[in-house]
Amino acid sequence: QGKFTLLRDTRTDGSFLVHHFLSFYLRAGCKVCFVALLQSFSHYNIVAQKLGVSLAAAKERGQLVFLEGLKSCLDLLFGEEEQPGQPSPLQFLSTCDLRALFDFVRVSLSAADSWKGPVLLVDDLSVLLSLGAAPVAVLDFIHYCRVCVCCQLKGNVVVLVHSNEDSEDEENELVVNSLCHHSDLILWAEGLATGFCKDVHGQIKIIKRLSLRQAAEQDLVQIYQYKIQDRNVTFFARGLSAAVL
Amino acid sequence: ELPAPLLDDSHGKELGDEAAAVKPEDFQDSMKIAWRYQNLPKMEVSPTTHTKFGHYYDISKKMSPELCQSVKLHSFYLHEELPFEPKMKTWNMNSGYARLLQSIQRIISQEGFDGSDPQKKQRNVLRIGIQSLGSILWGDDVCCSDTPEDPQSLTKFLYVLRGLLRKSLSACIITMPAHLIQNKAIMERVTNLSDMVVGLESFIGSERETNPLYKDYHGLVHVHQIPRLNSLICDVSDTKDLAFRLKRKQFTIERLHLPPDLSDTVSRASKQDLAGSAKLLSSGCGAMAIGKKHLDF
Repeated sequence: QGKFTLLRDTRTDGSFLVHHFLSFYLRAGCKVCFVALLQSFSHYNIVAQKLGVSLAAAKERGQLVFLEGLKSCLDLLFGEEEQPGQPSPLQFLSTCDLRALFDFVRVSLSAADSWKGPVLLVDDLSVLLSLGAAPVAVLDFIHYCRVCVCCQLKGNVVVLVHSNEDSEDEENELVVNSLCHHSDLILWAEGLATGFCKDVHGQIKIIKRLSLRQAAEQDLVQIYQYKIQDRNVTFFARGLSAAVL
Repeated sequence: ELPAPLLDDSHGKELGDEAAAVKPEDFQDSMKIAWRYQNLPKMEVSPTTHTKFGHYYDISKKMSPELCQSVKLHSFYLHEELPFEPKMKTWNMNSGYARLLQSIQRIISQEGFDGSDPQKKQRNVLRIGIQSLGSILWGDDVCCSDTPEDPQSLTKFLYVLRGLLRKSLSACIITMPAHLIQNKAIMERVTNLSDMVVGLESFIGSERETNPLYKDYHGLVHVHQIPRLNSLICDVSDTKDLAFRLKRKQFTIERLHLPPDLSDTVSRASKQDLAGSAKLLSSGCGAMAIGKKHLDF
């Protein structure tokens, strides 16, 4: 409860982790607010069905609040004049202010209902920088979300960011490094340093930030390799992929 | 001035004849030294030896005007467009890009590509081509300045375009002069906002032009990203080393493979040169991977 999990990817696509957490929390009966900035609803729905969860049904019964960023953006820019008192959550495209997005999250998860623990899921945070938000604004937004969701509502927050070694995108690196310092758990998916491989798609580093809670504790780091399949992801110890054994 | 499509089968037959002439013998000598490679499939350099794949054009001939006129064509030339409407001021984006987006959205809704007209029997896909995005022709200084005035216009444009494409029956291909963009952060963001990213690197003017490794080719093809849509996995091919060759009637993309080192002056020095360029190769010849420090397994 009250945990902030950071999903990070380097040289590969970490979105399989997002799909996992989405179906995991929905199956656990949590109320989920999913801010999906880069892909359409049907993309997540199709993958979730392979993982055994129906997003459409979850939306119907009020368990899932889905913000489809691409669609909201089109409504904002090409739609009719917005009604006063109902600002679009993607307002920051014109005003560079993420407050409306935070209000959307707060309102979605604060509603009193019977679901277990609220969860905020964001895919992906790096897009906000591409859309004109300043790095400090993005960090403030996450901070507000943490206070609201983790502390006040005792829920969890899971956020995906992209990063690259030798990246020249300083704003993005600033956001990622700052978030790393404040995360309880970091799942870092990396492409292999030796290049592409058919049987091992990448390696995942699981970092439990025990040092956050207690001063003398060391962070616990575990490293596995993984292979993504159509309905599943298999994890194994380094060097022990099924192709080698 | 579009090139004429090759509609007859004679060209396909030409390719088939060539392939038949170089067909290897029916039985395979069993390998004595390189026996580990015995069971690997024969490396096919180009997939089009037996099948006709894709479209073929003859760049020495022009497309017939009747063919052009029979297709509904929309074009957008920035300097001929009307000045933008006041509502678009809230977009906070370069006006050239904003107008292009408006134009695309208008075509999508008027021609029914967004599914708004259920009566339409013939469902077709709107194909959009945008040339030299980011260049000064679009009113953007991303290509000519190290610190552009409005670097987010380009990424915002791509985001809104992505939204339009996802909500309609359309596909878009964009070319960008990446070699002119000094700010690499922008290219990283552009890559993240795209589904598929392919780079073409020409050998002209670079030291690779004289490298014997590349003597048969005109440049390299880099596949930076492939779409991972509606699925956990994506369709990644086996080799990632591709080169292209431009002939009068053919632009082919082939797998780059190392020719055998048969020169008389095989010495340590020349091997190092080749290894430098071959460092990125990830084909079956693992022995050439000199200089790689990590081995994960």
